[in-house]
Amino acid sequence: MSSRERILGRVRRALADVPPDGAPYEEAVPRDYLREHGERTPAEAVELLAENLADYRAVVHRTGAADLPHLVARLLAARGSREVLVPPGLPAGWLSAAGPVRVDDRAESTVERLDRVDSVVTGCAVAIAETGTLVLDGSPDQGRRRISLVPDHHICVVRVPEQVVSSVPQALDRLDPARPSTWISGPSATSDIELDRVEGVHGPRTLEVILLG
Amino acid sequence: MSGTYLGMPAFPRAARDAVNDRTLRGNLRHATHTIRAKRARAVAEVSDWAALREAGKRIKDHTLRHLDRYLVRLEESVTAAGGTVHWAADAEEANRIVTRLVKETGESEVVKVKSMATQEIGLNEALEAEGIRAYETDLAELIVQLGKDRPSHILVPAIHRNRAEIRDIFRTEMGAWGRPAPEGLTDTPAELAEAARLHLREKFLRAKVGISGANFMVAETGTLVVVESEGNGRMCLTLPETLISVVGIEKVVPAWRDLEVFLQTLPRSSTAERMNPYTSMWTGTTGEDGPRAFHLVLLDNGRTDTLADRVGRQALRCIRCSACLNVCPVYERAGGHAYGSVYPGPIGAILSPQLRGTASAIDASLPYASSLCGACYEVCPVAIDIPEVLVHLRERVVQGGPAVREGNRVVLRPAKGHAAERAAMRAAGWAFTHPRALRAGQRLASRTRRLHPRTLPGPGRAWTGTRDLPVLPPEPFRDWWERTRGGKDETR
Repeated sequence: MSSRERILGRVRRALADVPPDGAPYEEAVPRDYLREHGERTPAEAVELLAENLADYRAVVHRTGAADLPHLVARLLAARGSREVLVPPGLPAGWLSAAGPVRVDDRAESTVERLDRVDSVVTGCAVAIAETGTLVLDGSPDQGRRRISLVPDHHICVVRVPEQVVSSVPQALDRLDPARPSTWISGPSATSDIELDRVEGVHGPRTLEVILLG
Repeated sequence: MSGTYLGMPAFPRAARDAVNDRTLRGNLRHATHTIRAKRARAVAEVSDWAALREAGKRIKDHTLRHLDRYLVRLEESVTAAGGTVHWAADAEEANRIVTRLVKETGESEVVKVKSMATQEIGLNEALEAEGIRAYETDLAELIVQLGKDRPSHILVPAIHRNRAEIRDIFRTEMGAWGRPAPEGLTDTPAELAEAARLHLREKFLRAKVGISGANFMVAETGTLVVVESEGNGRMCLTLPETLISVVGIEKVVPAWRDLEVFLQTLPRSSTAERMNPYTSMWTGTTGEDGPRAFHLVLLDNGRTDTLADRVGRQALRCIRCSACLNVCPVYERAGGHAYGSVYPGPIGAILSPQLRGTASAIDASLPYASSLCGACYEVCPVAIDIPEVLVHLRERVVQGGPAVREGNRVVLRPAKGHAAERAAMRAAGWAFTHPRALRAGQRLASRTRRLHPRTLPGPGRAWTGTRDLPVLPPEPFRDWWERTRGGKDETR
């Protein structure tokens, strides 16, 4: 007997005492929790997102489409970045004013190469106001998961208000489970020393979020 | 479970050593009190906490009720998405599968995401025996690994270490494992985190094999979820060419939608955050993004035995948040090592004796490692009634009875050392069914109260060794009632 059959057999015997029918999945779980906590206008959701991002030490900027390239250029210059990593589908205009050398992420790019790049600029799939979370799902303007991980400085552009939802349930509704996703709430952090939060471990230690709208 | 813990003394003895360690008590008190207040604030932020908790409980109960179906569904989904599913009935089989998979890649080192399941099966030791070095990459796990220590907390395995101790471990041990600690390292948490970043960076960049657990597996879609903070998880899940995830079978949830409950309750319960810094979700393999090969090892190792227990099966709802540890007065004083398992604290006291059985001294003593105050039940985000299971397991230890071990029905014998307790309970049972004898006994006891010793003699001594003997009233309640008509005529 394979271990698969052994384990499934043990499960069935273990449940011999429970009645065979049981409510179907749709009825078994009460969904009377809230879809979102409080009602917000789109503008209020963006406000809350900014507040919660900042609370977890992300640096939040706001700009319109016309000024975006200049803001990105300023942030990269202030950081002193010489190279900036670019996902394949990043809108061309976003980096049009930026000084650093553009490094395109390619399948054959080694991690050592990525590790030498100073900054990365990406878009996002959705942002969650209540938790201050950005979700990246590997779409062309976000690229592979590793590019928003290895460089120490991540600039993430959120189109507001259309990419902002209030809550976790609303965010899951918008995501495709088949795509790998990364949920980012502030720069990397740890609570492992005396259960106190310290920012800055393996992921980017500086997370800058541009609310574009 | 892991051989690391074989021969552990029973809880009371191990706890006594811990209670006398002032540094340890100080470290634990500081850490648990910090997190308690923060958790309460994070939970108070969401007005529907009770509804989320109930939904989480019901999702888990429903899944466990149909576990066979959901496991098969999960296997189909993961396979369809390009992953390979393996089944492991016990720790030994899981270790064998993982060792074989690593050897097939030709690699002799792996990077690991913090995982309770791989701790439970002693994977690092098993790999070491086959010449494969496993690097722990979670900061607390790194502290434990470098310090040749054992984990003492589910979320923060090095909670028993303060910052000065961590600095000393980094200074003396990092060099033997790779890049040494920076010169002049101080004990500020930011510098310690930086030292870990530098030390592990080279390992992440060259790793070809990553090993993880998972917080959730979605049957419907085949998606696995890892919730973390530092980014070490993201490194291990996305940079290597091969990813092997070892996950307990109880971690499956039916649908994508179910994540909306747990992604709200888990971060608030564990690190007391609205959301943890990083959550990774992946479904099989994805072309150029992430590992080319993904293996999922589904682990039983006592879980189906636990599922067979009508009262105890609720322990399988656990999402390993560790809120119960942080509020437990016993854990705060005894520390995690006294529990003799990778699962310490209240959840460990009900999980370990079910996963491993109650045959050893440590496992038979764990159901007693509690004052039954109920704080653990109150904070549990999936409403596990830990006191109920503790009492149930105490009964099993004392009286024995039917249970399931490794899939077989067995009848457990009553544990040794509880003869006096059983005799006392039998006597009490007899007295309560014989009212006259009870009344005569109560009167006799009240009249002789001045002669009663402070501690019990003989086999009762162990009981009063840690407890005060209750003082008897001057007269039995029923006599008082008859004399005063229920207090209406107190002067009589």
